[in-house]
Amino acid sequence: MVRNDFGKMARSFIVHMVLIILAFMCLFFFYILIINSTHSHAELQKGFSAVPGSSALTNFKAVANDGTFPMVRGIMNSIVVSSLCALLCTYFSALTAYGLYVYDFKLKKAAFTFIMVILVMPTQVTALGFLRLITNMGLYDTLIPLILPSIASPAVFYFMYSYLQSNLQLSLVEASRIDGCSEFRTFNTIIFPIMKPAIAVQAIFTFVGSWNNYFVPALIIQSKDKATVPILIATLRGADYMNFDMGKVYMMITVAIVPIIIAYLFLSKFIIAGVALGGVKE
Amino acid sequence: MKKAKSISRAKWGYIFILPFFVTYFIFSFIPLVDTIRYSFFEYYRSGLRVVGPNFVGFDNYISVMGKDFFDYLGNTFILWMLGFIPQIVIALLLASWFVDVRLKIHGEQFFKVVIYLPNLIMASAFAMLFFTMFSTSGPINNILISLGLSDSAIDFMGTPTGTRLLVALMNFLMWFGNTTIMLMAAIMGISPDIFEAASIDGTTPRQTFFHITLPLIRPILTYTLITSLIGGLQMFDVPQILTNGQGNPNRTSYTLIMWLNNLLRAPDYGRAGALSVYLFIVSGILCLVVYRMVNGNDDYSSKKSRKKKGKVK
Repeated sequence: MVRNDFGKMARSFIVHMVLIILAFMCLFFFYILIINSTHSHAELQKGFSAVPGSSALTNFKAVANDGTFPMVRGIMNSIVVSSLCALLCTYFSALTAYGLYVYDFKLKKAAFTFIMVILVMPTQVTALGFLRLITNMGLYDTLIPLILPSIASPAVFYFMYSYLQSNLQLSLVEASRIDGCSEFRTFNTIIFPIMKPAIAVQAIFTFVGSWNNYFVPALIIQSKDKATVPILIATLRGADYMNFDMGKVYMMITVAIVPIIIAYLFLSKFIIAGVALGGVKE
Repeated sequence: MKKAKSISRAKWGYIFILPFFVTYFIFSFIPLVDTIRYSFFEYYRSGLRVVGPNFVGFDNYISVMGKDFFDYLGNTFILWMLGFIPQIVIALLLASWFVDVRLKIHGEQFFKVVIYLPNLIMASAFAMLFFTMFSTSGPINNILISLGLSDSAIDFMGTPTGTRLLVALMNFLMWFGNTTIMLMAAIMGISPDIFEAASIDGTTPRQTFFHITLPLIRPILTYTLITSLIGGLQMFDVPQILTNGQGNPNRTSYTLIMWLNNLLRAPDYGRAGALSVYLFIVSGILCLVVYRMVNGNDDYSSKKSRKKKGKVK
């Protein structure tokens, strides 16, 4: 029994050490980033200081007033695009997964196989044709081509389908039908809430994916007032930035990152709880 | 009566999957066909002069499939592997720890929140951050020198290994928390009764992990592997921003998609089309290999028919 207790303690110790190291790695870079964004260019030239400086406001003003890198506008554009993507993507993926899982129809197997085949297709593969199509449709340099295609997301569909397979009892659908609920209403009021954990997880992933997306927006967006945040960051990297005010550069990266961190701090409980809910079944 | 009912429900199946297929057809299928079509044409701009489009058969395919292609493919694969191996190992470990009821982790919530955090960070901003931090006059070098760990500034991005490791480190940090949460969701989807039974039978954590958890989360593991592989093939943002699209030093961090991006911007639609088709084939093959490997001999169709038995008609 004593040996068992010792083993338990050793295991617990190792687990905590690994977690602390990983947490340190995750936070360290952001700590430096935020500290540096509060220092002036002159202070940063002298070397790294672990305590915050007093130039945060000056740096922030410099970023907000910079017409070359319209950060505030960029953040607004990114939020609009990412939220709409998350909304459309999760709803329609859940709908498609439900449609293919619950109903029997002639093309069911063909449709499922088709989605499984296109699951492997990176969007970049069709970027050339996509760019041409968008130009012909007159949607070049608009935000629409960044949002609408998210309705068809094979990977999210696959996740939802797997989730339904392990979590949906068809007797529930049957019961709803007996109660006279229409098919569409059954999905919206009964199935959709059951899928909440999967939808929450995927909504977050889709939001992040869209927020991070740089390749397609960089091809589609030309004008500065429609630029999303990644495009502005890339412009910053491409500029001869070594001559820039470094305090401002750090503040620019901070401004690109912090809104998401704040949103995350509010949502994190919901995210983790949503994931935990995924386990409640049977 | 019963028959009529099932027909009217089949209609709903079509209605529910329609938005997906219409969207896919417009924004992916038409572009794919168009991409393939362009790959057979000579169509590029050289200076102010636009050449083509002229039909050239397989010329683009031949010109793209040179030494560059294999170099960039190799780079992409190395960058992906360096990030993915630690990512999946750590994620499996953390996921099994987090759901282990016998293991009382202090600050469990805090750790979960923190490890997922880097995933929210925009890849391009993260790469920009690493670029400034690891530059010769950046804070990392400042810290190393002031701690006496290094005599002079280290040029992290001056060597192929350095740049590759930085890219891998970023990919690892961005994705291991995400993967952990996915795997946790999968493990928690397993009925607690099974773990309880195992615990009563006196299994060690190791036995539980290898004989219960791993086999039961195989579907989600497949999903993780496939999506990561596709993600790896698409690797672009991090090396693009870190090296300003150059893949320096000596194009050792130059990925296939960085090349595609440059061809699209040149623009050289013919060669971009041929490269896209190659990428399509490569990703198709890779995915098939992984799908077979993870599924083993487990026949998908038999699994489905077993499922169907439990279905209400």
